[in-house]
Amino acid sequence: MKILVPVKRVIDYNVKVRVKGDGSGVDLSNVKMSMNPFDEIAVEEGIRQKEAGKATEVIAVSCGPTACQETLRTAMAIGADRAVLVQTDEADLQPLAVAKLLKAVAAKEAPQLIILGKQAIDDDANQTGQMLAALLGWSQATFASKVVIGDGIVTVTREVDGGLETLELKLPAIVTTDLRLNEPRYATLPNIMKAKKKPLETVTPESLGIDVAPRLATLNVSEPPKRSAGIKVADVAQLIDKLKNEAKVIA
Amino acid sequence: MSILVLAEHDNASLKAATLNAVTAAAKIGGDIHVLVAGSNCGGAAEAAAKIQGVSQVKVADAAHYGDQTAENLAALIHANAAGYTHIIAAATSNGKNTLPRVAALLDVAQISEIVEVKAADTFVRPIYAGNALATVKSADAVKVITVRTTGFDAAAQGGSATVSAIAAGPDLAQSKLLSRELTKSARPELAAAKIVVSGGRGMGNGENYHKVLEPLADKLGAAMGASRAAVDAGFVPNDYQVGQTGKIVAPQLYIAVGISGAIQHLAGMKDSRVIVAINKDPDAPIFQVADYGLVADLFTAVPELVAAL
Ligand SMILES: Cc1cc2nc3c(=O)[nH]c(=O)nc-3n(C[C@H](O)[C@H](O)[C@H](O)COP(=O)(O)OP(=O)(O)OC[C@H]3O[C@@H](n4cnc5c(N)ncnc54)[C@H](O)[C@@H]3O)c2cc1C
Ligand SMILES: Nc1ncnc2c1ncn2[C@@H]1O[C@H](COP(=O)(O)O)[C@@H](O)[C@H]1O
Repeated sequence: MKILVPVKRVIDYNVKVRVKGDGSGVDLSNVKMSMNPFDEIAVEEGIRQKEAGKATEVIAVSCGPTACQETLRTAMAIGADRAVLVQTDEADLQPLAVAKLLKAVAAKEAPQLIILGKQAIDDDANQTGQMLAALLGWSQATFASKVVIGDGIVTVTREVDGGLETLELKLPAIVTTDLRLNEPRYATLPNIMKAKKKPLETVTPESLGIDVAPRLATLNVSEPPKRSAGIKVADVAQLIDKLKNEAKVIA
Repeated sequence: MSILVLAEHDNASLKAATLNAVTAAAKIGGDIHVLVAGSNCGGAAEAAAKIQGVSQVKVADAAHYGDQTAENLAALIHANAAGYTHIIAAATSNGKNTLPRVAALLDVAQISEIVEVKAADTFVRPIYAGNALATVKSADAVKVITVRTTGFDAAAQGGSATVSAIAAGPDLAQSKLLSRELTKSARPELAAAKIVVSGGRGMGNGENYHKVLEPLADKLGAAMGASRAAVDAGFVPNDYQVGQTGKIVAPQLYIAVGISGAIQHLAGMKDSRVIVAINKDPDAPIFQVADYGLVADLFTAVPELVAAL
């Protein structure tokens, strides 16, 4: 069976985000962009399933500008077999639109499993996988920390508020990754070279017949109120004094 | 306006996060209904009826809602969505799992983790790990929203909503719960606690985490949390993680012990009223947000603190 892995190009998680002075968004010019960390985990999971003989092919797909090719090459350097770029210059591509594009790609590729990240670290939406599951009418297991593919089913352990829960899903299914699912391997230089020769197909929202116009208008992006650093206390006694008599948070 | 709030519950009782979601609904304004979908969930429904500001509680009681699987729950909400202008849930693991599915079935956007209501169609939500706040306006006919509980006070008790049953939908049988391993603790719930004691990689190992931090949490009646590094290293279970991709907390007092203060961790706790940091590195970024910083070895400072409290 095929596994589809959607990967998003986002600002690198180490970059300090700056809000633009005019309130129109955050400054993305000349900042390092990388694959969304949860999507690296998703690619790694797809490859491990293939290595374990549970999958035949891992296909990475990204929706966005031409620069997403880089992200797809990274996915292929980690081990994905080939890639699909849904190329669009829509600057505000929202989760519902992405889910519709992915549904159209899934219709062509017919995967049994789609593994997404649980959350993109730029929009922090945590929506796309669940939306895609709804549009396809498939089962879903979000926030996965363990994935075991069986015969027509997949068993997924999920990280939930109270601890862990394990679900059995009928295939085809959607899984979204949490941090503890695996530790993604590094792309080695030979694999980076090999990835350059792997097939990368480009399609467009128009060719897929999908309207990607945003549903939410961003009116303003602002900096959150800044928390100022307080003081350094000299010792435990002073700390307790401050907590009791200044902050009044302990009795 | 007419608002449907999805109750967060374990069938027997209502979870506190529902109260924050109701407050967000009240800020939008309009008639507020609460949906309790579960199995033998009369206890939760009764509790929901007592929330101030709620006019009706709708109860879908069937075996296949007992485990809150997303496929069945989303289909039920979708089938009962007519007439509502807003569908709201707390941004718990349950709410985050279910509501985007509802939004897609309705062909509308979801607005994730709002922290403020500006107008019935305009909301504020953090993006980029809380490094920016976006004000977004929805043009959709139905607004599907998850609510960051720390952004809204809990709704008061004293309501007397009518409780009525609604028909259950079919069991889609696409997924089933095999097991749950819930962390047992007599401590307050992390997301709702007044005081939180959190440990990071600096604790060294799980044994130290418990040996050093538990006495402090006991003395303060605090919930316990952790950084991702502490969870990844197996010191504590996943549900302890505070941060951008863990739990969001805003207690009266947050004590960070052996935590460096990475931006992803700060995203989960920087709205706490008072922050204390204990770290041996004077340049640790956590000190930039701490009201009171103590540069010290945690293995001597924390026991001293416990003894002096
Ligand atoms: C996609 C993504 C999502 C993430 N989500 C989260 C999240 O939700 N929550 C989260 O917390 N992190 C998250 N992270 C991880 C984050 O970037 C940091 O790696 C993590 O928070 C570091 O944890 P830490 O502070 O415990 O460890 P470290 O950064 O290693 O800090 C340990 C600290 O302990 C101090 N220390 C050591 N020994 C002692 C001692 N004896 N006494 C006193 N102090 C001592 C050190 O000085 C140091 O400051 C995420 C990362 C990514 C990429
Ligand atoms: N533009 C995109 N291209 C490919 N995959 C995406 C895109 N946006 C979101 N995704 C996938 O959906 C997941 C969740 O994203 P979000 O719902 O935006 O938080 C990501 O981790 C990706 O796996």
